[in-house]
Amino acid sequence: MHDLKTITALGGAEPRIDTFPHITISENDSLALASVAARLGSEVECNKHMQAILGSVPAPGQAVLREPESGFWMGPDQWMIEAPKETHELLADDLKARFAGCASVTEQSGAWVCFDLAGPGMADVTERLCAVPIRKMQTGEARRTIIHQLGCFVVRRTGADHLRIIGPRASAGTLHHALITAAHSTA
Amino acid sequence: MIIEHPLLGPRDAAEFTYLGDARLIDRPDWQSETAAKDFFEYGYLRDNPAGWHQELWFHEAGDRSWLVITRNTITHEISKVELARDVARSRGRSK
Repeated sequence: MHDLKTITALGGAEPRIDTFPHITISENDSLALASVAARLGSEVECNKHMQAILGSVPAPGQAVLREPESGFWMGPDQWMIEAPKETHELLADDLKARFAGCASVTEQSGAWVCFDLAGPGMADVTERLCAVPIRKMQTGEARRTIIHQLGCFVVRRTGADHLRIIGPRASAGTLHHALITAAHSTA
Repeated sequence: MIIEHPLLGPRDAAEFTYLGDARLIDRPDWQSETAAKDFFEYGYLRDNPAGWHQELWFHEAGDRSWLVITRNTITHEISKVELARDVARSRGRSK
């Protein structure tokens, strides 16, 4: 039997945490992700399943933050579902079975890296990274934007100064570099 | 330039990329007798109006939807922004 160890998106054995006086940037390695796209003509049925999973269907530019699953809007009739990896490692398979033929479900856990930004300097750091109106964004808003040339999702989570950034995993190091640079320049 | 996205509200034009004439939605019927001529015109011939023009824009740094934007090429004024899929469906495409 092979003795293989998983590594995080940044290549470490443990998720990387960078702490500054004004902000903490934590690599979040505990997310399972799957995308759901309603198939043509099955939008109503797909919405019913989304409602059953999340309590409500995320509207454009919005997220629904619930435990264990949360989700955010990606585009017309498309959403991303997040859940803890430990309990929902087979999230995409489970959703695929649930949505049956009414939505296309794609495993996304291996495609994205997640960073959680928290601290009083969160808005300052975010302003230097991307063009989202961070000071106007309320808990439960989600946007796709460009950070350091990378297409990323930013989700305002429940905490007063908690922002979740979900970016392309293959460029995790680049995105991390951008976050750290912005943190240094606002320190 | 600000583009009023039908779902997401006002967004900076820098988030979008431009494709061109929205007549690309009207792909000719390949089984038509005049298909060769139709596809030549579809592929190569464009009007280049000084004034109002319907164009396809892609919200690349946003929700990645295709939009049909009615823009005045002289003043850059935008009079109408629609989701391309709604336009295509209203013209009987995508069933």
